Amino acid sequence: MNQLQEQVKVGIADVAIAKSSQALITSGLGSCVGIILYDESLKIASMAHVMLPDSNMTRQSHFKKGKFADTGIDTCLNLLSEEGSQVFNMKAKMAGGAQMFKTTSSDKLNIGQKNVSAIEKKLSQLNIPIVAKDVGGHNGRSIEFDIETSQLKIRTVYQGVQYI
Amino acid sequence: MRDLLKLDDLHLDLLKEIGNIGAGNATTSLSNLLSIPIQMSVPTVNVISFEEIIELTGGPDEVKATTFVEFEGEFTGNMFFFISPEQADQFIQTLTQDAKQSILNEQNELAFSAFLELGNILTGSYLRALSDFLQINLYSLVPEATVDMAGAIMTEGLIETSVTSDYAIIIETVFQSDFFNEDINGHFFLLPDPNAFDKIFSQLGV
Repeated sequence: MNQLQEQVKVGIADVAIAKSSQALITSGLGSCVGIILYDESLKIASMAHVMLPDSNMTRQSHFKKGKFADTGIDTCLNLLSEEGSQVFNMKAKMAGGAQMFKTTSSDKLNIGQKNVSAIEKKLSQLNIPIVAKDVGGHNGRSIEFDIETSQLKIRTVYQGVQYI
Repeated sequence: MRDLLKLDDLHLDLLKEIGNIGAGNATTSLSNLLSIPIQMSVPTVNVISFEEIIELTGGPDEVKATTFVEFEGEFTGNMFFFISPEQADQFIQTLTQDAKQSILNEQNELAFSAFLELGNILTGSYLRALSDFLQINLYSLVPEATVDMAGAIMTEGLIETSVTSDYAIIIETVFQSDFFNEDINGHFFLLPDPNAFDKIFSQLGV
């Protein structure tokens, strides 16, 4: 990996855009999902660190758009559109959605799986293909998307590093 | 719903006192279980963003041994005990009287259950002191232990809060022991859900 590559960090419930020569990273994904929309021809990508499946859940009047699958993807899409990307040129990759604990509280049951399903549904409505994904399981993930190569690097505690 | 960012010093001091009472009881229990001296820090109360909460644990992808317990009753919330895996091993080896036990071996069920028991004692005695002090009924769900990225673990406790807020109140106590060759620092976090605060303050008459 190029040492000079600039890293754009995406915090929890945040959204960010980055260009060629940069990498989008987010760390410590448990039930959260890191979703990346990218345009290979323009060499741009946006990432959201999604916590919850649906913005209808919120009881806030203002909230961080990246927190929910639907508003997170809309924001990613808008950021790319502002840079001139067309929806039919966009592709997606994602990772996360683990079930860290066998929680018994019903609200939180399988929240990771619900996040993944909500993202898949939303992307299918938008006709954006999911090129690769690494979801589910019981372990945390840290991810890094290299815009130059469109490779998503995934690191876990026990399984080491893989690229999708 | 109470605006978490508008709590005054009296409220924050009361939450600190809750941390003191809970952690005081937990320290005694842990010390008795292991037959070693354990100290605790003065609890700190922070009203901070999710990002800052995860930084308290050492950073989002910092690898920690953790026990995690949800509790229910007249309000709900989460308790976490975070410690480095190497330091967790010191506790585990003391408890099992076996210097070969390590939680870094994913297959080691004995080490995991010893660590879980440790967390169980801590969280159980903390919660008991809390319910006695507030004179309300709180009971814990099944505790769990894991070794993983701190951010991935801590987020599980923020799900309920994230529906209503981008901030949470977290009460932190550091448990220390200089009994071992290296100093041990375990961080205990009480993370009440948003529904907790009105109940806590009304029980305390403020």
